[in-house]
Amino acid sequence: MIFHALSGDSHVSGEGGWWSKLVGQGKAFDTDRYCVICANTLGGCSGSTGPKDLNFPIITIKDMVAAQVPLLDHLGIKQLVAVAGGSMGGMMALQFSVDYPGRSQNIIAIAFNEVGRRAIINDPEEGLAIARMIGHITYLSEVSLTNKFGRKIKEGALASQKFGDPLFEVESYLKYKGVGFTKRFDANSYLYITKAIDLFDITNDLSRGEGRFLVVHFTSDWLFPEYQALDIVDRLKNSAKNVSYRVIESSAGHDAFLLEEEKLGGAIKSFLAGAKS
Amino acid sequence: MIDYRLRLKPDYKLIKEFITEGATVLDLGCGDGTLLEALTKDKKVKGIGVDIHPEGLNEAMARGLSVLQLDLNKGLKSFKDKSFDFVVLNMTLQAMWDPLLVIQEMVRVGKAAIVGFPNFGHWQLLFRLLATERMPKTKTLPYDWYNTPNIRLMTINDFKALCSNNGIKIVKDRYLNISGVEIHRPFIRWRAAEGIFLLTQK
Repeated sequence: MIFHALSGDSHVSGEGGWWSKLVGQGKAFDTDRYCVICANTLGGCSGSTGPKDLNFPIITIKDMVAAQVPLLDHLGIKQLVAVAGGSMGGMMALQFSVDYPGRSQNIIAIAFNEVGRRAIINDPEEGLAIARMIGHITYLSEVSLTNKFGRKIKEGALASQKFGDPLFEVESYLKYKGVGFTKRFDANSYLYITKAIDLFDITNDLSRGEGRFLVVHFTSDWLFPEYQALDIVDRLKNSAKNVSYRVIESSAGHDAFLLEEEKLGGAIKSFLAGAKS
Repeated sequence: MIDYRLRLKPDYKLIKEFITEGATVLDLGCGDGTLLEALTKDKKVKGIGVDIHPEGLNEAMARGLSVLQLDLNKGLKSFKDKSFDFVVLNMTLQAMWDPLLVIQEMVRVGKAAIVGFPNFGHWQLLFRLLATERMPKTKTLPYDWYNTPNIRLMTINDFKALCSNNGIKIVKDRYLNISGVEIHRPFIRWRAAEGIFLLTQK
């Protein structure tokens, strides 16, 4: 079972799927070997129950995971080979291991994070775009931003523009990303889900988790620095879990979990190969 | 799958004899996990492998082993005192930036530490160095001086001095010659190609 991240959805693989590079025939999550399940998360705006306004009750990562378990029951699945996810999906995978010990043999948690939220409360439309812009910078890394834009100035921008209009290429790109995000994502969902992410703290519950764990960290991740990953690894290790920890060299920042398919895929594939069949 | 090559490797035989049945083992520089897997099967140990290089770690995970991608030169900060029965470092000490730190961490984290390393004081190496005045190469040390990962070459006497100067007790020591046959006195420091030591904190 794969858990999607903040702005993801159940469309995990196939044409336009957010994790098509890792999920499919012969890929890390090999659909020739495994049956992959991915559901829209509670609080999202892609088809599950979510907030229409701010009167929706506060939800937690724990609630999001609990909401998916009846799906497993409905499908008659008593035990999963693995739960996996990147970013918020990684938090959900860990939460699953704690709340449903033994129900998944393996737990794969990749680069889980924390994101800003405040701007949206004042102005949903504009605020969501700002939040996404901030989010987008932190998802990338300095290297990938510099490679993409450096200090390039937008064509024709110096001659014509008003002061508030984007001048550097990077501004224009971020504005585009931000506005694009408001078209496909709901501000209320963003608020509720980021709140759930902010509330997440599993550190003291990890000893209850069962199964084999894989924790993955990306070297250029601003959102989720290595000491946090190591803290989780230590807690798992100290409670005598079978835990593996991998560091993946990447200049792509937090978004590497969507991009580094070769290194990440190799690690996941090997980890799953080591599962007791 | 049993790796017979490793079983036949003479240093593995000695390491295996040092380790007690069912012990907890931390294998530093675990590579693809060959040693740890063999110990898991032969000695029923419960172990964790540590290595910095990603190449071997995928293989180790595919064997079902628990492995952590960490830099040993930063020490073993996250490991508690005496949290393993044995901490093993085989043929890796000579590639460490700070070997003393690594050994001190090993005897802190482990109730005992096992260290195996190639002896640079072997008579053939000494002879070749004297005769050619070039850094000698062997089967275990096949690199040139400028591209070798083995940056901290030492002799058996060097190692013993390091231990005695730093409060580390050598509980047992065993030696193999160039053909992998165990050797005993005399002149071990010249005849041994590899030494394997069982260490504790004094």
